[in-house]
Amino acid sequence: MYAFNYHRPSSVAEAVKLLKSSPDGRCLAGGMSLIPTMKHRLASAADLVDLNGIKELAYIKRDGDALVFGALARHVEIADSADVKKSIPALAALAASVGDPQVRNRGTFCGSLCFADPAADCPAGLVGLNGTVLTDKRRIAADKFFNGLYETTLEKGEIVIGISFPIPEKAGWAKFANLASRFAIAAVMVAKTGGEVRVAVTGAKASVFRVPEMEAALAKNFSAAALDGIKVSSTDMNNDLHGDPDYRAHLVGVMAKRAVQTAMG
Amino acid sequence: MANTKVSMTINGRAVSAEVDTRTLLVHFIREQIKLTGTHVGCDTTQCGACTVHVNGTRVKSCTIFACQLDGAAVTTIEGLAKGKQLHPMQEAFREHHGLQCGYCTPGMVMSAISIAERYKGKALTEDAVRHELEGNLCRCTGYHNIVKAVIAGAKAMNAG
Repeated sequence: MYAFNYHRPSSVAEAVKLLKSSPDGRCLAGGMSLIPTMKHRLASAADLVDLNGIKELAYIKRDGDALVFGALARHVEIADSADVKKSIPALAALAASVGDPQVRNRGTFCGSLCFADPAADCPAGLVGLNGTVLTDKRRIAADKFFNGLYETTLEKGEIVIGISFPIPEKAGWAKFANLASRFAIAAVMVAKTGGEVRVAVTGAKASVFRVPEMEAALAKNFSAAALDGIKVSSTDMNNDLHGDPDYRAHLVGVMAKRAVQTAMG
Repeated sequence: MANTKVSMTINGRAVSAEVDTRTLLVHFIREQIKLTGTHVGCDTTQCGACTVHVNGTRVKSCTIFACQLDGAAVTTIEGLAKGKQLHPMQEAFREHHGLQCGYCTPGMVMSAISIAERYKGKALTEDAVRHELEGNLCRCTGYHNIVKAVIAGAKAMNAG
């Protein structure tokens, strides 16, 4: 691992200041992706700004028509939260499917978004549920947050402080996991929110993506049968030892149907 | 190299040391504090042999920096027994032979205690135990006796 200076700010303002004054600073939340990557020397930072001391970022709450949580909301807390289970059970199910119990005890939803791993679950949660990423200076719509493989549209020194989700009428999560890593080989979040239907897929391409044909079919008829006959193109799909592009394209169809079935209860 | 000072309790004992910021908790525990019961299996956040409790929560000590834990309370496998009296979960692993080579056992036992705590007052099924052990890999046993041990240990822990 490359050397770094460690900082533990107690406020967002202090964290922003630390990041801005560093030539190459990074935030550390749960560390479940960043630390293993740093160990492999695939990531490095001159300054590591640990957000874990910022108490104002550790919350999950229902706020009117939205479910909101802070950058330190951990997967286990999201999975166990009565507010999440009541408002968006599919989000609780997604959080419960991340990694393993020890990883869920530390890992955060927002941290996973920022890392933008192509096989991570949380990006599909953000895009499928049409959440809004809250940073120290702006709100970023779900469709504007990711910028391809391991990249986001965050600016240098910008810190994600939380996320806000509208409450869907229906939502479902289905994941085909790699049994060793528990990362998604293909996973789908389907949600119907205020008349709009979204189908977001993770694990299958370089970054999370939506499937417009499925969304149009489900908007007319929200049932698994509505997806019959819709073929997802395997163009640009990941090709690795876990599955080739055709296999993944097929899995996306299967997972989308299962997600709809879950959403229907 | 950047150093920082860290103070925490490990198994109730206050420890204070100067560490390289890169020092992972597991290396701090093993190499600086000389408690070698916590094992490094994969070093890639998968196998769980390094599982310890930090402020009562099970974590993989290969994936957290020691310097993050200033003021924390850490419990390792060495902190469980009272003298020669094994912790009920250790006793259950012994009784049900929930191990073979023993390498994954410290992490298994630390996870098992967390499972028992999480399921206190609730039924703990074999399925639930297997699901809850997804973060601990054993390459010898096929898990069968480990699952039996966890259920028995949880029963013993939660009986009191």
